[in-house]
Amino acid sequence: MAAEGNAIDALSQFELVPVLGAVGHAVGFTQSNMFMVFALGLTMALLVYGMRERAVVPGRLQSLAETSYEFLYGLVTDQVGDEGKRFFPFVFTLFMFVLFGNLLGMLPYAFTFTSHIAVTFALAAMVFVLITVVALMLHGTHFFSYFLPEGAPKALAPLIIVIEIISYLSRPISLSVRLFANMVAGHVMLKVFATFIVLMGSAGVIGVIGAAAPLAINVALIGFEFLVAFLQAYVFAMLTCIYLHDAVHLH
Amino acid sequence: MVERDDFEVRLRQARAREGLDRGPEKGGGLPKSPWGFGFRAGVEVVSALVVGVAIGFFLDRWLGTRPWLFLLFFVLGSAAGVMNVYRLFNPRNRATKTTD
Repeated sequence: MAAEGNAIDALSQFELVPVLGAVGHAVGFTQSNMFMVFALGLTMALLVYGMRERAVVPGRLQSLAETSYEFLYGLVTDQVGDEGKRFFPFVFTLFMFVLFGNLLGMLPYAFTFTSHIAVTFALAAMVFVLITVVALMLHGTHFFSYFLPEGAPKALAPLIIVIEIISYLSRPISLSVRLFANMVAGHVMLKVFATFIVLMGSAGVIGVIGAAAPLAINVALIGFEFLVAFLQAYVFAMLTCIYLHDAVHLH
Repeated sequence: MVERDDFEVRLRQARAREGLDRGPEKGGGLPKSPWGFGFRAGVEVVSALVVGVAIGFFLDRWLGTRPWLFLLFFVLGSAAGVMNVYRLFNPRNRATKTTD
């Protein structure tokens, strides 16, 4: 797939292809949407199926479900405070969706829906709208004082307000680009080194020996990608919490 | 319940004694690896620039003042980018939290 005509084709893995035959084609249901449904189903399965025993001493799945719940609960209460408990379901859903998106992308032949800026930006825009609405609901017009930090010289107010607004508007972009760029970079690197293995392996005995190097790199990269998958989901949830903290407490 | 709470307390003490707990992370709690930090800083600068440039570009198109507002907002966007990076090292809500 990657090494057709001795060319490195690292980007075709991000192409959207309709699935589910004619129905999927008609409604534009791509493999990206399919993996989103998988991520949703797996999260639900983990929580519903994992928690069905309700054992005092949890089994493996229950332990996993409880760990993720408590991890996110701790994150939200630590970062946002007690008021943040209201946003726990939102942050939890967001984290699990991104995490499962990242992890499903690590499976062979799977599609990483978090490697599309459209998906990550939609998530980030949702966060952005939420934090703005929450801040407006809690603080009313006082929210706009956020754009002029206390103690700033009044003469510089027009400049500072514009800069603060740009900085505020850049949040959803940095949030989405960070996740998207990490996932794309990782998967492109994996594909490039995988192509090296095939290209070198087809060059005779010496090539096969030489192919061990990109193979070793790919093994290391896979491990690194798992780290990135968790880390980026965590960073996404963490930044959402930090923004929520700003929205709830303003200063 | 009391028995289990007691166990938690003793477990925590034992872990603290053995130095297994790294202690609560302070300040943001975001990963502090140099690569991660560098990448975050880069993304913050670029995204602020993108917003500034976009605002300038569309205001120019609307008001027909090309290229002046574009240039102005390019500069403002870079300033916002620098401020984003400053916030990365010195978050405003953490800085004021100790005083209020």
